[in-house]
Amino acid sequence: MARVNTPEELNTFRQEILSKRDPNNPVVSICAGAGCVASGADEVIKAFEEEIEKQGLGAKVDTKGTGCPGFCEQGPIVVIYPEEICYIQVKAEDVPEIIEKTILNNEVVERLCFKNPGTGEVAIHESDISFYKAQQRTVLCNNIKIDSKSIDDYIALGGYSALAKALGEMSDVDVLEEVKKSNLRGRGGAGFPAGRKWEGSRNAPEPIKYVIVNADEGDPGAFMDRALLEGNPHSILEGLIIGGYAIASHEGYFYVRQEYPLAVININLAIKQAQEYGLLGENILGSGFDFKVYVHQGAGAFVCGESTALMTSLEGRAGEPRPKYTRSNIKGLWNRPSVLNNVETWANVPLIVNKGADWFTSIGTESSKGTKIFSLVGKINNTGLVEVPMGTTLHDIIYNIGGGIPDGKKFKAVQTGGPSGGCIPEDLLNLEVGFDELTKAGSMMGSGGMIVLDEDTCMVDVARYFIEFLTDESCGKCVPCREGLRQMHRILTNITKGKGKQGDIETLEELAETAVEASLCALGKGAAAPLLSTLKYFRDEYEAHINEKRCPALACKELISFYIDPDKCQGCGMCRKQCPADAIDGDKKLIHIIDQDKCTKCGTCFEVCPSKFSSVTKLSGVPVPEAIAEDKRTIVKKAKAKGK
Amino acid sequence: MSDIQFEIDGQKVKASKGMTLLDAAKEAGIYIPTLCHHEKLEPFGGCRVCIVEVEDRGWTKLVVSCVYPVQNDIIVRTRSEKIDRIRKTIIELLMAHAPDAPALVKLAKEYGADRDRYERDASFCIHCGLCVRYCHEVAKKDAIGFVDRGINKEISFIPEIAAKECPSCKECFPLCPTSYLQAAYVLVDGLSFPKSSSKHVAEG
Amino acid sequence: MEIDKIDKIIDKHNCEAASLLQIMLDIQKENNWLTKEALARVSERLDVPLNRIQHIATFYKAFSLVPKGRHKVHICVGTACHVRGATRILDTVEEATGIKPGETDLDLKYSLETVNCLGCCALGPVMEVDGKVHGKMTPVKAADALKTYE
Repeated sequence: MARVNTPEELNTFRQEILSKRDPNNPVVSICAGAGCVASGADEVIKAFEEEIEKQGLGAKVDTKGTGCPGFCEQGPIVVIYPEEICYIQVKAEDVPEIIEKTILNNEVVERLCFKNPGTGEVAIHESDISFYKAQQRTVLCNNIKIDSKSIDDYIALGGYSALAKALGEMSDVDVLEEVKKSNLRGRGGAGFPAGRKWEGSRNAPEPIKYVIVNADEGDPGAFMDRALLEGNPHSILEGLIIGGYAIASHEGYFYVRQEYPLAVININLAIKQAQEYGLLGENILGSGFDFKVYVHQGAGAFVCGESTALMTSLEGRAGEPRPKYTRSNIKGLWNRPSVLNNVETWANVPLIVNKGADWFTSIGTESSKGTKIFSLVGKINNTGLVEVPMGTTLHDIIYNIGGGIPDGKKFKAVQTGGPSGGCIPEDLLNLEVGFDELTKAGSMMGSGGMIVLDEDTCMVDVARYFIEFLTDESCGKCVPCREGLRQMHRILTNITKGKGKQGDIETLEELAETAVEASLCALGKGAAAPLLSTLKYFRDEYEAHINEKRCPALACKELISFYIDPDKCQGCGMCRKQCPADAIDGDKKLIHIIDQDKCTKCGTCFEVCPSKFSSVTKLSGVPVPEAIAEDKRTIVKKAKAKGK
Repeated sequence: MSDIQFEIDGQKVKASKGMTLLDAAKEAGIYIPTLCHHEKLEPFGGCRVCIVEVEDRGWTKLVVSCVYPVQNDIIVRTRSEKIDRIRKTIIELLMAHAPDAPALVKLAKEYGADRDRYERDASFCIHCGLCVRYCHEVAKKDAIGFVDRGINKEISFIPEIAAKECPSCKECFPLCPTSYLQAAYVLVDGLSFPKSSSKHVAEG
Repeated sequence: MEIDKIDKIIDKHNCEAASLLQIMLDIQKENNWLTKEALARVSERLDVPLNRIQHIATFYKAFSLVPKGRHKVHICVGTACHVRGATRILDTVEEATGIKPGETDLDLKYSLETVNCLGCCALGPVMEVDGKVHGKMTPVKAADALKTYE
């Protein structure tokens, strides 16, 4: 493939690609993201390729493994263009029918379509699906349209036109000013204004500067960056090159977590392709601007998502953060000015350059502009990636897009911002999503994780879970984090095991203050947030655990007992047969009894008891009732009961 | 040249660019407690005991004085209710490891720290890092280092190097506030040093 | 692991000290664990002190200083999976393999680890074996999936 030497040549090349593609020819896009691959997408892709080859349709029908559109729970996802007919949970066996009916005969295979919950209405097109309808997918929209391993697909959709515009029509200062004007705030955690960060680096006297992509997405429950890295790596690369141009940096880095092997492969491939086309390297598009990019993998440390720790890791050391009294955009990697931004932040840059800062600021709220991708997961019907304009309410995200809570359970709280964020209860659901709004409510935007919790979730356990996570991931350098988390974890674990005592909450609050005020980095400073927010909104749960040895959500194993209600048990034996501890005594037509000494609280009986009986209950904070007398255990059908 | 002027605890202080608040305080004869600081070593910022309040253009924040660079016109306070409270907690957390370390006992008295506040932990290393940093920066032998992270972090000798270098050096030994270093050395000598060198420990 | 294999990896990264982590990742991937000899060679050629390498090898979860099993079982305990019952999957897998997270069994068949988010949250609870993601796990499904590995 010949090098593209000027913006005009890029345009010509783009037209060439488009002219070879008939827009009326069917294109079958199958999501090849990690989620769908786990559900069998590779087999589906193979089945399509083989069947199309077999039927001699290869010239007309294009098949591609694409990026992740974020509706992972319903994968494998197949979208057929140009009609945008969307099929979910597709298996390899469905492929001949899809080709026969949809591709050859324009008919819809309704059983493979998504049914909107609530209305039950069949959603034929991607845009009909309730999950997508209320979203504004400015950043994610192309994922399902491009083969993530093809640079031509990206160019065909307008890719690299922003780079051409920046290098060909704008000065580097123009680009910086546009990003400043857009008010783009970092999408990785702190929400710092990107333009201001860039300007600081640009103005720093040291001539060698770096631009870095933070692709170490470590917040558990967040996978927005994974979808972009795997699915549309060029969009991030383009943003990075533009950023380099704006601050006069000629060297860029991707720091990708090694737990995302597909992302590492696709990024490396994208860089190679861009280099071949002359979009990376020397004299890019004839502008005289040189830029090269390196890829480093993470090695399994959440703390390396923190900017100074990431830079330390890039220098080949253990990822211990450094104090930020001199900001890293002035003294960062190798003590040189370094602009580090999150994947999603970089992906927004080409859009801002192409469509302008005014377009970007027209979306969102006063202080939070543009869209944000959230990963909506947990106790929610429609799990996946949600991209909405800032200012959308939590209620709309959870109910209109997410489809509400499954199994008729009651919403309890939504946890945002990862391990440094907090829980937001029901009465704050009208909160309009934005950096400052979420911080005011005691949480934060973070990278965009949004974990929905229901009535069966114990909030004390949620706090314990996050503290445990951070205890594992702390670098261990400073006392407030290392020792503070150690003790917080001990106390919280004791509370969930019924060993909490008076004064525990006060001790936790003291440890929290020390961590917030005196920790070296944001991991320690934010560590107390889940604890403090659950204490703020769900203090009663803590008090129940400590004072009554009761778990209101009936979740903490040591505080619950399983009990078979003698009035409901019909002696079907399902629980007894499946109990792994052999703890249930009973027989046909005999009320079953759980031996509390043998019971391991695994919860199997609770799950297998037929819902029409629902006789297995969970008790907490009250003694288990005495076992019913032997002679009363025989079950008599109520209609025929002659009294006994 | 002393071109930076600011205030610590009501006292006017002069300092030069490149100094830290701790350096400036020391020069002015103002005491700030430290645990992981040493004049021969680069500041570490690990113990957080040297925290001070800095008021800068109306905004107050807590910083560690051993790392924070001097700045014109700031107001620094080395004691306050909040600082004392946090120092007390830090000492209590460290005493869960080394309740008898003299430096900690002294600080505990000053700040009213309760040595039994937190559940005792088996290891009495307080991770000041003085041993590792001294061996790397001054002795330049790299015979000891950190391993692991978080609550599992420990100091660890590299047996091959330590067996060769430590018997004639041991300059880091007096630096350890809790004597955990000496205990770790005895262990690695006994378990991992080639048999011929273990007599060095007996000779002292 | 043979010296020339190690040297090849070091040379691939231009023998740069800043690429220390990348070099160690490649050695880990190729050899399944980091041997003392490999680390000594890296220390020598990169002119990096052993204590720094030791710190890195123990600081980052990706590295192992002991041989790993043939099958690497990773149970995701990220928030989304946790909320959907990952703890029960972990209990089942611990029973089925006989080991706890961080351990390898005596036959070197399984190595068990908990991981903090594989990015497949919508399919939680998730178990990954040898890089293959098994989603929507239940205790029974997890035990069955493990039976298919030799």
